[in-house]
Amino acid sequence: MTTTVIIIIFVAIFATTLHDARGATMEPCLESMKTASLPDLPYAYDALEPAISEEIMRLHHQKHHQTYVTQYNKALNSLRSAMADGDHSSVVKLQSLIKFNGGGHVNHAIFWKNLAPVHEGGGKPPHDPLASAIDAHFGSLEGLIQKMNAEGAAVQGSGWVWFGLDRELKRLVVETTANQDPLVTKGSHLLPLIGIDVWEHAYYPQYKNARAEYLKNIWTVINWKYAADVFEKHTRDLDIN
Amino acid sequence: MATSSAVTANYVLKPPPFALDALEPHMSKQTLEFHWGKHHRAYVDNLKKQVLGTELEGKPLEHIIHSTYNNGELLPAFNNAAQAWNHEFFWESMKPGGGGKPTGELLALLERDFTSYEKFYEEFNAAAATQFGAGWAWLAYANDKLKVVKTPNAVNPLVLGSFPLLTIDVWEHAYYLDFQNRRPDYIKTFMTNLVSWEAVSARLEAAKAASSSSS
Repeated sequence: MTTTVIIIIFVAIFATTLHDARGATMEPCLESMKTASLPDLPYAYDALEPAISEEIMRLHHQKHHQTYVTQYNKALNSLRSAMADGDHSSVVKLQSLIKFNGGGHVNHAIFWKNLAPVHEGGGKPPHDPLASAIDAHFGSLEGLIQKMNAEGAAVQGSGWVWFGLDRELKRLVVETTANQDPLVTKGSHLLPLIGIDVWEHAYYPQYKNARAEYLKNIWTVINWKYAADVFEKHTRDLDIN
Repeated sequence: MATSSAVTANYVLKPPPFALDALEPHMSKQTLEFHWGKHHRAYVDNLKKQVLGTELEGKPLEHIIHSTYNNGELLPAFNNAAQAWNHEFFWESMKPGGGGKPTGELLALLERDFTSYEKFYEEFNAAAATQFGAGWAWLAYANDKLKVVKTPNAVNPLVLGSFPLLTIDVWEHAYYLDFQNRRPDYIKTFMTNLVSWEAVSARLEAAKAASSSSS
């Protein structure tokens, strides 16, 4: 819902620009619209073994994430044409493709940063202030992990389980989203700290139907440093306990 | 309210109407072992646990599906109940040496409602390929018309008021071991090598009979 609002605002800004700046200034505005590209993994494909196999990392990054990027760019191109033509019903119709593929790109770009090889700190508990905040909100790190795993296991079909910061309510949350809906679709003030992909493609070749096993093992390669850094940056001025 | 007498499960894990390796090389034995032996079995076992001691216990599976669908505000048992039904229906939609074009009345109806078999294939393929995330694509019958429907997660045409005739499971677990991310290849293999048009025709006959007896 909120993503849709953001997109509509985005479109409105462009539409206004088109209306005011006919001729030479119109095209550069649209053409400067940056397309997405597949980010490199910050580690080798086999670096997360044995928690996540090389086979999965290759497929997940080179096929699934790449496809989201490709389809998202394709949808953006179609959006560009529809906007140029003033084809508003196409603009609206494209939203679900943009949400799905764009969300897939956004979510996976965060996910690769949420993981780290053990020798690069994967699995190492977070530093303060996040560590204290977790204890305050969930009792302990184990308490948070158990909640994430329970909610992740309970996702029906495809989706994500998130550990996030509610910047408005100033508290930590565990949330799930369906398909490729980013965390912000559950609340515009929600900032993702850790996301765990529970689509079957994230674990099937290695774990088959045993999603709970995948969830149990992934914590050995979770990059708490990334989460702690993001949390620290966003709470500096928020006065969170 | 649409019903299908072909699948009355009643919380039993019925084996597919073929050996687990009989669909090789199009659908591997390994896939069947996990898909039927683990996923489908879990839906059935968990459904039994979930309805135990509730008013749903002992009710026919389709009754549970309809009441837990609850007009779209899904109640907890819907996922297991519908998935138990969907999977039994899926196995019976396939056969060794299946696929290709149907014949007879079914072909005539497909040509009537889609203008050609090729157009039907295109529509069914598109539905299966574009269902975001987990779900199913269906050929269904309602109001004396055939149509293609795609549904998310566990939803099926029964709760949408039509008779299911054919389905393809597009949850990733259905194709990942054999095709990885290549869902289009899986759909093509299903249509070319696995569909049991005999099952579809039999279901169509049942649907027409049920339609006319209730009108």
